[in-house]
Amino acid sequence: MNRVRNGNAAALAMTLLLAWLVVYPILIVVLEAANGHGAWSEFFTRPGEWAALWASVWISLASVALAAAIGIPLAFLFEWFDFPGRKTLGALIALPVVLPPFVGVIAFLFLYGESGFVTRALQTVLGLEQAPWRLQGPLAILLVHAYSMYVYFYLFTRAGLAKLDVSMLEAAQALGANRRATLWRVIVPLLRPSLVGAAILTFMTALGSFSAPYIFGGGFRVMTTQIVATKLNGDLPLAMVETVALAVVAVVGLAILRRTEGDDVLVALGKGVAPQRRPIRRRSARMLATGAGWGFAVLLLLPHLTLGLVSLVPYGAWTTQILPPVINFANYRRLFSEAERLRPLLNSLWMAAASTALAVVLALAAGWLVVRRRVVLRRVIEGLLALPWALPGTVFAIALAITFSVHAPLELRFVLVGTALILPLAYLVRALPLTGRALLASYRQLDPSLEEAAASLGAGRWRTLARVTLPQLSPGLMAGASLAFVAALGDLVASIVLYTYETRPISIEILSSLRLDEIGVAAAFGVVVMVASALVLGIGARR
Amino acid sequence: MSGFLEIQAIEKRWGHGVTVGPITLDIARGEILALLGPSGSGKTTMLRLLAGFETADGGRIAVASEDVTDVAAARRRFGMVFQHYALFPHLDVGENVGFGLPGSNARDAKITAALNLVDLSGFERRKVHELSGGQQQRVALARALAPEPRVLLLDEPLSNLDPTLRERTRRELRQLIKRVGITTVFVTHEQEEAFDLGDRVAVLNAGHLEQTGSPEELYEHPSSLFVATFVGRANVFRGAAARALGLTRPDHVLVVRPERLRFGDAGLPGVVRERRYTGSAAFFQVEGDDGQRFEVLAEPEGAQVGARVYVEATRVIALPDGAGGR
Repeated sequence: MNRVRNGNAAALAMTLLLAWLVVYPILIVVLEAANGHGAWSEFFTRPGEWAALWASVWISLASVALAAAIGIPLAFLFEWFDFPGRKTLGALIALPVVLPPFVGVIAFLFLYGESGFVTRALQTVLGLEQAPWRLQGPLAILLVHAYSMYVYFYLFTRAGLAKLDVSMLEAAQALGANRRATLWRVIVPLLRPSLVGAAILTFMTALGSFSAPYIFGGGFRVMTTQIVATKLNGDLPLAMVETVALAVVAVVGLAILRRTEGDDVLVALGKGVAPQRRPIRRRSARMLATGAGWGFAVLLLLPHLTLGLVSLVPYGAWTTQILPPVINFANYRRLFSEAERLRPLLNSLWMAAASTALAVVLALAAGWLVVRRRVVLRRVIEGLLALPWALPGTVFAIALAITFSVHAPLELRFVLVGTALILPLAYLVRALPLTGRALLASYRQLDPSLEEAAASLGAGRWRTLARVTLPQLSPGLMAGASLAFVAALGDLVASIVLYTYETRPISIEILSSLRLDEIGVAAAFGVVVMVASALVLGIGARR
Repeated sequence: MSGFLEIQAIEKRWGHGVTVGPITLDIARGEILALLGPSGSGKTTMLRLLAGFETADGGRIAVASEDVTDVAAARRRFGMVFQHYALFPHLDVGENVGFGLPGSNARDAKITAALNLVDLSGFERRKVHELSGGQQQRVALARALAPEPRVLLLDEPLSNLDPTLRERTRRELRQLIKRVGITTVFVTHEQEEAFDLGDRVAVLNAGHLEQTGSPEELYEHPSSLFVATFVGRANVFRGAAARALGLTRPDHVLVVRPERLRFGDAGLPGVVRERRYTGSAAFFQVEGDDGQRFEVLAEPEGAQVGARVYVEATRVIALPDGAGGR
């Protein structure tokens, strides 16, 4: 009986802590926004506000459509057909996931921007006076979104197809369905959970996307950039109203998409073998598939390569030439030898590491309470862990900025803005859904008799944790932790709202380097983030 | 106190009014006790109470006169073999077996000895998932025995093995336990396993102890209709049919094992409805004149389907009528 009471006391403590982290700041914003009457009328009467809100919605929906249009056919191609190079290409094609959004945006800028690599090459080849295009506005944003988000559809659809039971397709054929009928009446319904899952992920990511509209938006504003601009202009009441509006759109959008999800039972039924891959017989078609695959892979790798190339060009060496005349490691030397440049790197590393470690510890404790002790509050704890995922990063950035700029200990509000603690705290909030989801899933798969076996062999609680539980949870733990670390390392929106000069992270340093036209240094930072992310994700994915 | 392992009025109350116990059992040093019962009878709860994975809501458990009721599983020194073995997949065979051993010079020797005991010498560096089901079971046994526990607990020890492997493993397991001499409690829902492996069998039903005794006692002298029908095959006769076979007491039923019935020239009349041939004998489904069906084990050529027969009993068990009969 004592054990049950202790478990529930711990669960209550955990619930309160999580609520303070993820609900309380949102609540403060909603309450303070409710009081700002002037701000509401300003919000409702200014046309720019409605335009930004509408832009957020349609850009997100268009991103879903585009990502689906690219990702789904690719998934079918790689899951159902066999052609030379399929395996390598299939892995390469998931690469954009490794590129943190902000770094990807910078790479796009170097590639297709006004003075970008491709742009300049075309200008020279065609003998134009001006650049053939300006990478700005909604189309530019959509291009970046399509590039980085089709991966969700590609991976989810492939996973769904791999689970598909071939006997279902054979049953449909035996019942007289032709190919088209089989596709629409059997395959698509069975894939629905995967497709909706990818759509939700894409929609939420696009709605919360900040880097692409911030860099490429120009005069075109979506809600995330609008909020940050209002905040930087010092109009806090209006920023709060905008934040609430974006949060409402996110919650409503999520609720609508969730409704279309259907039940997982459909998928659980299929226990059989996935259909065998069909080799493409016709030589021309086979070559087309391989050629298109490689072409696509090159297109996908171009941003990474560009970033690498630009990072090797010293300041002022590259003006109008198509290819850079000088290549060396000067930028990297500056990055690691100048104290002021090394600082953001170290800042980002320790802040990402600290927030990740804390998110792992919290998720571990939550997993134990929710799965093992099955405490009364388990659903609440699980919901709180997932909540930050349902709201755009901008919303949390503003909420934390407002909540923790007031000294009111009795209300559990402290002045953290301007200190070294606020950014790790913001990263922690964003990390909780990632580590929480990974560790809860791992805990659910962990056979409880393993821990009981350890106990019956004389191992106490801590020895059992160290020698049995953690080693068993480690794949999930590493996966969740690496995602959280990479997200923190590549974060822009929380950083831009909450940084101070002392604690500025890499993304802020990249921005200021760009502003000073030191694109080589900016690219070098980007490469460092990219390589670190790839390494961390590679370690996290290892079994 | 006579028992080495004493269970006194132990009780576990789950939610929804489900209660296991109170159960009292004494187990002698070196004895093998089977906890036999259908699923949901509380046998697994009993085993987990003994192991210390569940806390009792009443009663006490003592081993060698030491009260262990509130002793944590980790300090109870009871070895346990889990139904699915619960071998640590990230450790090799030797590390699994050595998990419960303190670090000392003798550790490796103890691991070797434990593996020798289960006939797996030289398997120290094997990966757990490379082993067959039978080998995994033996590693689990070696791991449980290595720290020299006071009591060995086995949860459905043979349920994960091939039927063909089961009978042999059962014999080997019993020989091994007897050789070690450890007091053992195991859980099973199969009567054959309980009889083969256990010195004594405790039959559980709906959270209560129905009867404890040797296999012979349970089979020949069941104390309740539940035990009579759960342990071995049994025909239950009521009314006129029971009286025809010699029942005299009211409110009682007559239990007769199929092999204790035979075809004769006089007795209970009926018609053979079905015959199931098993090789050395055959089971005959007979429908009595009152519509009751019962089973007779007889020579394969004992009767023809559709024939009118008379059945007499060579040994009957009279039991109070109650729930549990078929």
